[in-house]
Amino acid sequence: MAVEKTATITDETGVHARPATVLVNKAGQFTSDIKMEYNGKSVNLKSIMGVMSLGIPKDSEIKIVAEGTDEQEALDTIIDTIKKEGLGE
Amino acid sequence: MSNIQGIAASSGIAIAKVYKLAVPDLSFEKKQIDNPEKEVERLNQALEISKQELEKIKENARKTLGDEHAEIFSAHLLVLSDPEMINPIQEKIKSDNINAEVALDETANMFIDMFKAMDNEYMRERAADIQDVTKRIMAHLLNVTFPNPALIDEEVIVVAEDLTPSDTAQLNKQFVKGFTTNIGGRTSHSAIMARSLEIPAVVGTKTITSDANKDDIIIVDGIDGQIIINPSEQEIATYKKKQEEFEEQKQVWAKLKDEPTISADNEHVELVANIGTPEDVTGVLNNGGEGVGLYRTEFLYMGKTELPTEEEQFEAYKSVLEQMDDNKPVVVRTLDIGGDKELSYLKLPEEMNPFLGFRAIRLCLERDDIFRVQLRALLRASIYGNLKIMFPMIATLDEFRQAKALLLEEKENLKSEGKDVSDDIEVGIMVEIPSTAVIARQFAKEVDFFSIGTNDLIQYTMAADRMNERVSYLYQPYHPAILNLVNNVIEAAHAEGKWAGMCGEMAGDSIAIPILLGLGLDEFSMSATSILPARTQIKDLSKKELASYKDQLLSMSTADEVEEFIKEKTNQ
Repeated sequence: MAVEKTATITDETGVHARPATVLVNKAGQFTSDIKMEYNGKSVNLKSIMGVMSLGIPKDSEIKIVAEGTDEQEALDTIIDTIKKEGLGE
Repeated sequence: MSNIQGIAASSGIAIAKVYKLAVPDLSFEKKQIDNPEKEVERLNQALEISKQELEKIKENARKTLGDEHAEIFSAHLLVLSDPEMINPIQEKIKSDNINAEVALDETANMFIDMFKAMDNEYMRERAADIQDVTKRIMAHLLNVTFPNPALIDEEVIVVAEDLTPSDTAQLNKQFVKGFTTNIGGRTSHSAIMARSLEIPAVVGTKTITSDANKDDIIIVDGIDGQIIINPSEQEIATYKKKQEEFEEQKQVWAKLKDEPTISADNEHVELVANIGTPEDVTGVLNNGGEGVGLYRTEFLYMGKTELPTEEEQFEAYKSVLEQMDDNKPVVVRTLDIGGDKELSYLKLPEEMNPFLGFRAIRLCLERDDIFRVQLRALLRASIYGNLKIMFPMIATLDEFRQAKALLLEEKENLKSEGKDVSDDIEVGIMVEIPSTAVIARQFAKEVDFFSIGTNDLIQYTMAADRMNERVSYLYQPYHPAILNLVNNVIEAAHAEGKWAGMCGEMAGDSIAIPILLGLGLDEFSMSATSILPARTQIKDLSKKELASYKDQLLSMSTADEVEEFIKEKTNQ
């Protein structure tokens, strides 16, 4: 069973390289499958190019979906990172 | 052996083997392979070596350019281990029995095309990141070197088309003995950096990247602008001698390090230095600089993904002011960006005529959100030393008044926030536009000082782009038109009891120095390494005698006439 949460991107430049790098590095620490969804597309959050390819601008609504043995911890960490990086809320 | 003439950009002699900083030939053929497992292994090895190299580059970038710049390489490293990129390459090798080069190329191109097609400029630029990483992996598959300044670990001379600010920032003086480039002149970025690093350099050779090959031995003669490829024993001996003589000459100059700059007839002028970063101050002090005449603040803004914060700038300005002890003056030029110096994150539209376009103070007055941050940082730093603020590219009095008004506004704001600000900050302008030089008299009533920026003043007066080699003959510092403008500025300053300086290349030139001394210039700002030779030269010049030639010089017809006259009078 997967867990999911949404967030709104507030950073002026959207999900650009620096925060994307942090998110992908974080996601890589978990065994669960972690996806990021935006605008009907879903990508592997462990892939920098996947995340960047979404081209997420400011004010976008995104969804994080985690599935696996450490899914809850993974989801909480990712959402927490988005907030800490000033990327969104 | 062969000799190539270029432009002497930084004094000294260096002899070492070539390190080419250029993208190698990465062409490959499509091949069918019998053992896909082995091919995947070859790919993984290339990925692993690329990873190790990028780690090194990242670490070096962190040390030399700061954390933020290093982040770009963190993103590059993630591409190397990106499952959405690497898995398809491996699968393609196995399913199509093709070599890794083809699988890498096809997969990477798919991503590159995808990024290029995005409607967001920032994302489109990320295609270049993927290209960069792909080239590095490809180079290792093909067993060729993909160079980077951070990977140099033996004594070399760097050979390149041109060097970017981030290239030069990463050069390690311990290993890089000199460099030479195809393009550029005395005033290009790479030349300025070579002088501040104090390594010999010859730029503008046009062909060095094709003339010199990997592992050739070359001599860089930064004194006469010569390059010798694969020199004979005889030539090496000759240049070793020249190198020794240069070192001896430096010893003689060094004797004047802690002396003031005094002419033969006992007149004092100030010799100060141009700098780009707080790290450059060490060089200024080692070369006996009496202050900083031009702190180019652009480097704080370049090679980054976003604007520097007020705090970041404050720390940099404070550091420079604190290092210049004994109340030595520090003239800080506010942001001079736009034109040929781009900041990708500002997303400025491309212009037909960037040197005549939306740049420097023009940009700062419109984007006062950016400008105010810099002014606040400067004002806060002002209590740590003798700060003078200089606005670049001033064309009208109104621009100066607006800029000064913003400065005073931020000063009041800071005071009401309870922050300390010095009350003795001189506010001046850079004179680089002919309109300003012509009515300097009117400006002199309102500014505290002038600093003549000759690199731009010459190109605007002669209407000759200084980056365009076909019109470089028009770049004539000794042209009587330039001398008349310079004289006008100095006279205007003195009539109002203000001082006039110069912060272009001309200020450190051995022909220009006697002219400027005679015209009464108060402050000469130059590359740190030019200070001691200039002080040595001025010691033997009589200001009074040179001043007596003023009318004669100003009424001459050509630059050649001026040059010959000065050479004769000063025995050069």
